[in-house]
Amino acid sequence: MGLFDLFRSRPKNTASVAAERLRIIVMQERAANGRPDYLPMLRRELLEVIRKYVNVDPDAIDIHVTHEGEGEVLELSVALPEKHTAAPATPATGET
Amino acid sequence: MTEIIVVTSGKGGVGKTTTSASLAVGLARRGKKVAVIDFDVGLRNLDLIMGCERRVVYDFVNVIQGECTLKQALIKDKRIETLHVLAASQTRDKEALSKEGVERVLNELTEDGFDYVICDSPAGIEKGASLAMYFADRAIVVVNPEVSSVRDSDRILGLLASKTRRAEQGAGGVEQHLLLTRYNPDRVANGDMMGIADVKDILGIEVLGVIPESPGVLTASNAGVPVILDDTSDAGQAYADAVARLSGEERPMRFIDATKKGFLARIFGS
Repeated sequence: MGLFDLFRSRPKNTASVAAERLRIIVMQERAANGRPDYLPMLRRELLEVIRKYVNVDPDAIDIHVTHEGEGEVLELSVALPEKHTAAPATPATGET
Repeated sequence: MTEIIVVTSGKGGVGKTTTSASLAVGLARRGKKVAVIDFDVGLRNLDLIMGCERRVVYDFVNVIQGECTLKQALIKDKRIETLHVLAASQTRDKEALSKEGVERVLNELTEDGFDYVICDSPAGIEKGASLAMYFADRAIVVVNPEVSSVRDSDRILGLLASKTRRAEQGAGGVEQHLLLTRYNPDRVANGDMMGIADVKDILGIEVLGVIPESPGVLTASNAGVPVILDDTSDAGQAYADAVARLSGEERPMRFIDATKKGFLARIFGS
């Protein structure tokens, strides 16, 4: 760093940017690691089934696996809308 | 008692083979009986780095498939009597390796009284890499202070903790060390490169050694002489320190401070 560099705009300290980005992504990936890889599909299919009966928001389903002692617990929570509005489609119509 | 050490990284080009060669030489120079095995089937390079490429007759795959004996395939180093190299096959692919075959070779090396077996892993997380780490007692994860290398190292640490024999048997897991290579203290001081503390903090494991970026590494590979044998190079000395730590000695980290600039250099820039 010379005298003349003082007049130039100093670039950001890129090493600390790298370290910060890595801390976040590594933490996320560690959390995702060991999680069953069928979760996204399970979530999508559950959403389809629930929407047959209740018109829930696509983001209303929260699904994750937690470790409790020896075992694992699949936690699923669905936020229902204020008023239960029946799904518009597929009324039960018996056989065609 | 044979100790199996895997040198791995996930990312390619970070210095796995350079490290495997220097660790093997360093341990053998201390009187230990060492075998170093190239697991990079199809892309062999350890033989070049060790300088024995013209003496390869049989390779690792030949031994696994029963086409020769282990004794025939082990290349004795010309510099150090207790050092042996097992080259990878250049013509096959990694599917030629099998877990049973690798285990058989490692068992035979154990019976032959080897103190250390160094497994030089290929890049990636495919079969070659997973077999190189599977039987390890100890892992040396080679990492450059650079984002993609650090992230890939974390992935490898996850695999070491789950996809190894020790992990599956619940035998306390594989002992893990970080080895930082291509470290440039000046760039760290300028804030252009992550420092030792950053990498250690992100990955959460202890640092066995720091190898400075050094012209000596290229000249050593040009000549087929593992860089640890070049006592004049800083990288060679840093590898010797890492080997000493691996053997249980305490050594302070060297070559990790920025070069001091003179007064004029500081005023006018470098």
